[in-house]
Amino acid sequence: MQVKPLELGAKELMDIYYLMRLGRAIEDRLNLLYKGGRLPGAIYLGTGQEAIEIGASYALEPGDVLAPTHRDMMSQLPRGITPREVFLQHYARADSLTHGKGEDNYQGDLKRGTFATVSMLPDFYPVAAGAALAFKLRREKQVAMAYCGEGATSVGDWHEAINAASVLNLPVVFVVINNGYAYSTPVYKEMKVANVADRACAYSIPGVIVDGNDVIECYQGAKKAVERAREGGGPTLIEAKTMRMRGHAGHDPATYVAKDIIDLWTKRDPIVRFENYLTERGLLDEDKKKEVIDHVNATVEDAVNYAEQSPYPEGKEATEDVYAA
Amino acid sequence: MSTQPSQSQDEQKETLFIDAISQALWEEMERDSSIFMMGEDIGPYGGAFKVTKGFIEHFGPERIIDMPIAEEAYTGMAVGAALTGMRPVIEYQYADFISCAWDQIVNVAAKYHYRTREAVPMVMRAPSGAGLRAGPFHSQSPEGWFAHMPGLKVVMPGTPYDAKGLLKAAIRDNNPVIFFEHKYLYRRLKEQIPTDDYTVPISKAKVHKEGTDATIITYAAMLQVALEAANKAQEKGISVEVVDLRTIYPLDKETILNSVAKTSKAIMLYEDIKTLGIGAEVSAIIAEEAFESLDGPVLRVASPDAPIPYSPPLEDYFLPKVDDVMVAIDKLSAY
Repeated sequence: MQVKPLELGAKELMDIYYLMRLGRAIEDRLNLLYKGGRLPGAIYLGTGQEAIEIGASYALEPGDVLAPTHRDMMSQLPRGITPREVFLQHYARADSLTHGKGEDNYQGDLKRGTFATVSMLPDFYPVAAGAALAFKLRREKQVAMAYCGEGATSVGDWHEAINAASVLNLPVVFVVINNGYAYSTPVYKEMKVANVADRACAYSIPGVIVDGNDVIECYQGAKKAVERAREGGGPTLIEAKTMRMRGHAGHDPATYVAKDIIDLWTKRDPIVRFENYLTERGLLDEDKKKEVIDHVNATVEDAVNYAEQSPYPEGKEATEDVYAA
Repeated sequence: MSTQPSQSQDEQKETLFIDAISQALWEEMERDSSIFMMGEDIGPYGGAFKVTKGFIEHFGPERIIDMPIAEEAYTGMAVGAALTGMRPVIEYQYADFISCAWDQIVNVAAKYHYRTREAVPMVMRAPSGAGLRAGPFHSQSPEGWFAHMPGLKVVMPGTPYDAKGLLKAAIRDNNPVIFFEHKYLYRRLKEQIPTDDYTVPISKAKVHKEGTDATIITYAAMLQVALEAANKAQEKGISVEVVDLRTIYPLDKETILNSVAKTSKAIMLYEDIKTLGIGAEVSAIIAEEAFESLDGPVLRVASPDAPIPYSPPLEDYFLPKVDDVMVAIDKLSAY
């Protein structure tokens, strides 16, 4: 298997930049569509989390699997989930990955190594551990990665999954996106520990903190954990410190977040930071940036048009596929 | 080709209900290397009821995995393994503890294929049922909880033959199957069953005893109560048909309706509590689809709406008995 290096080259760095811009543009458009009443359901955006969303899952290789949550649409972009698929899913069309059955970001495709999540958190921590167990039993050098927010770390599943994965020494990477809030509840009401990563010692696995707005740090933290898992080193817990820059869902203006907190984190925008990094290394200038943004905008425009013109499922399909043949 | 029938094809052996289950697991694990087991104390200890006694010595600790007390985790792990090419079988120590795994079963396992068309082939084995003086937390019949959950199959055998054949069918099924094993039957019920490979189809009820005057529809341990009641009725000249549902969900409506069309009278006998148990659904099906065949009301003989008590006189009072079924038969005979 061809494995990405820890120090990424120019092509991969620009690839990541494109995916971050694409993720931001998709979410901006989803927000507009939602506010305009164009989508049948809800939206859950990870705006501001682009660095960890894309940086961590970018560390996976073909054959590995990713278990995102409802807020992690962007994490699926490096797995090959396309903008057309994202909008088909939000528009609830027949050709979406869940055939109109699942909502907004609850899509996946195991052929490309992503699970279709559920609302209950973090239900896919155990599921990812199970995939890792399957890899281990078959002596395959593949890795599973699960995402959740810090809010989900209060749930029993989280602890059960990490404990079991540790006991069985499974090739799984647990990523926690600490974005400050569980819906409206701030971290200090969720836990007494200073860092989610501190909990790793309870399971005798490494707990790593990364700057969740620094995509290189996110990638490298995940990359080390992925390769450690691949080589039989067992699970790692990664905590990415970041900020959820929008409300919990599209309807939520998040007035419970003080404006100066948003102002502070706006200055730490992961895309701007990465642009500065790329510019310093001579990989990005204003022309190149415009080229990427134009390409991203055209891609999103195409995806929205494609989804809008795509048919809905027929009502009677509601009872199909309850069971596998 | 030999003219002699091969010995193994016809070989039958008297087999306990529990041993039929062990045999099914053993044979399936021999047949398919993607099958593995997770559960509590299933390794060297052999499981709380010893269903997997000797398994770890033969199949090794990678395929017989002792898990921490974490029902939710290993149920979710089974889903993950099933979605990535394995066929996990998990054992809940008692069916009562399946509530600890509720979320993974109803939200993850049951709804995955519906959304993605990706199959979740996994079996959840759970020893259920009362009669062992085990109290409110080791005696429950939780099948009704899951017979309300599209995407799951709920299987509940009443004989050693069906236990072996249905468990093999469950393991080969591409859906999440909950396999309730009535633990009262484990070491009390035995019969001649083939030592060879066979399956019993899921979602297919069985007419266990033919009759003409009334039908008792039942499953699991209550099958024995139904058969005893049918024999008693026979002495009084009443011919009772006994239908064993075998699969609780999805139900085999055809066999139920055919029997009621023949006998015109139906009693639903089940160990679960009466309200909103399987009997409620079966009664509704009969009322909706066989109303014109009926000569009397559909009766339910079931446990009262209470937790299952510990003390012997309390538990004996609680469980449906042959006498209760006889009262129902007599009542229907008046119509």
